[in-house]
Amino acid sequence: MSGLGELTTLFRRGSAERARSRPKRNEWAAYLFLAPWIVGILGITIFPILASLYLSFTDYRLTRRRPPHFIGFDNYVRMFGDSNWWDSVWVTVRYVVFGVPLQLLVALGLALLLDRGLRGLAFYRSVFYLPSLLGGSVAVAILWRQVFGYEGLFNDFLEVKLNLFGVTLPSLAELFGYERFSWIGRADTALWMIILLHVWTFGSPMIIFLAGLRQIPSMYYEAAAVDGAGRWRQFRSITLPLLSPIIFFNLVLQTIGAFQSFTQAYIISGGSGGPGTSTLFYGLYLYRQGFESYQMGYASAMAWMLLLTIAAVTALFFATSRFWVFYED
Amino acid sequence: MTTDTLVRPPVAPAARPRARGPWLRIRWRSVFKHALLVLLAASMIYPLIWMLASSFKPTETIFREIGLIPSEATIANYTNGWTAFTVPFHRFLWNSVIIAFGSILGNLISCSLAAYAFARMRFRGRGVMFSSMLLTLMLPYQVVVVPQYIVFRQLHWINTPFPLIVPKFLAVDAFFVFLMVQFIRGLPRELDEAARIDGAGHFRTFLQIILPLTTPALATTAIFTFVWTWNDFFAQLIYLPALENKTAATALNMFIDASSTSDYGAMFAMSVVSLIPLFFIFLFGQRWLIRGIATTGIK
Repeated sequence: MSGLGELTTLFRRGSAERARSRPKRNEWAAYLFLAPWIVGILGITIFPILASLYLSFTDYRLTRRRPPHFIGFDNYVRMFGDSNWWDSVWVTVRYVVFGVPLQLLVALGLALLLDRGLRGLAFYRSVFYLPSLLGGSVAVAILWRQVFGYEGLFNDFLEVKLNLFGVTLPSLAELFGYERFSWIGRADTALWMIILLHVWTFGSPMIIFLAGLRQIPSMYYEAAAVDGAGRWRQFRSITLPLLSPIIFFNLVLQTIGAFQSFTQAYIISGGSGGPGTSTLFYGLYLYRQGFESYQMGYASAMAWMLLLTIAAVTALFFATSRFWVFYED
Repeated sequence: MTTDTLVRPPVAPAARPRARGPWLRIRWRSVFKHALLVLLAASMIYPLIWMLASSFKPTETIFREIGLIPSEATIANYTNGWTAFTVPFHRFLWNSVIIAFGSILGNLISCSLAAYAFARMRFRGRGVMFSSMLLTLMLPYQVVVVPQYIVFRQLHWINTPFPLIVPKFLAVDAFFVFLMVQFIRGLPRELDEAARIDGAGHFRTFLQIILPLTTPALATTAIFTFVWTWNDFFAQLIYLPALENKTAATALNMFIDASSTSDYGAMFAMSVVSLIPLFFIFLFGQRWLIRGIATTGIK
């Protein structure tokens, strides 16, 4: 069961749980086991959350040797008048809205293709998983930057002329009248290359889907087949509903992750978020405000906006889940 | 006790009555399927192999040759890349290794302790604590990083590995706590009770009964921690700015910063070097990764 699934059930049976956990003599032993975690959640998580909320109402700059000065909602007001901020929101929203569903669709499609005893499953699973393992690294982002650059592999591929039995086929570039350009150097394509990089790492959700598909008892399909249901009907009426909790949790977690993405955009744009602001991800803009200009107040306000957005989107997902997520119990 | 769903035998495809030549049909379909999958796999992996091949080509020819086999192979890129900065590249690798192994140690100790308490002990506030632990899975890093940075700076921890390792000893990676809780819950409680009857306290039960049985989850934790810290960039970027403290990830970034005189060959070579540990994990640790992903449903 996934983490979020656990969370939902916990909230559902919360009251019963509370009644059962009556204090016992060895409670202190439990707190001893939990001591590192308690220190961590208080010191490394809760305190910083509250501190950044406080800082977001100040003009705190690390470079100036003076304490934070309370300025009310100025940082938030400034944000709404900051065109770069709006650009970063727009870039991130497009990344989330296209990247996450695309990646999950590819993952689901391949999981379905690989399911049901296809020969070589383990091999394909490995190969498709490899990009997920490497995809977060700086090295792969560097590779991406070169593959889709002006002189990159992708442009070379488009201009390859295949020679089949002495007949030279026209290249894709010739067929479509394509003039070579840098895919990461142009404002209208750069973001899509980063989305593509995200889709390229579909391996780990694919593995989750494969595990989910294995959980569906085969007798459901057998019974459906006996009743004359075709493949599509079986998919619609059995696979999709039974997989919907897993799809849901993947969607939520991938969305949360995508809102925070940083490394790929940073490396591919060389830290600038360019060309223009076309890859100025929210996380990247926040980094530049906080750790290049040292405007900790403004960066904290941005971080809190992000937190609120993520919370709102997650809440929205949960609120709509009862219309499309199917729970067996 | 096993939570591994991947080892269940594949389900036989439901027999579908076909009017003619079911065998022929099925075979064509599977040929088509395999062709599609192989094509997709090849195009996904090709860039990686291209990078590997390019790292052995002289820089001038990298972008002139689309093929994989270099017309002249050289290891000059590796020697150039290794010494591209005033600090040799093995220093960066070593910095990454220290952070990775410190993080692994921290996560193994702190997460297993917390997981034992959540899975096996009853105490006041357990539900609330467990929920807040899971909620931190959803917390964006950006909302804690600014105050953390300010505090670590006050402690003079910038340019030390402490900001990256110490939090791991405080079980901040909720994912692993959750993974181990799930695993420990699957262990039979009779084991604990038997130990208790024999007079073992909680700590002894944890150390001698539960921990040895939790090895698979510990292995998954260690491997994931390695991959995540090795791939991490943001935290290493802000906490380790000095050249001699840079990690493999942030050192690679310097190749881009110095892009006016880009030595693509050296950049590719060092990228390949930085991916080697991940590739070994891919070869030998894959089943732990896959099991971890499949049982928790989290990347």
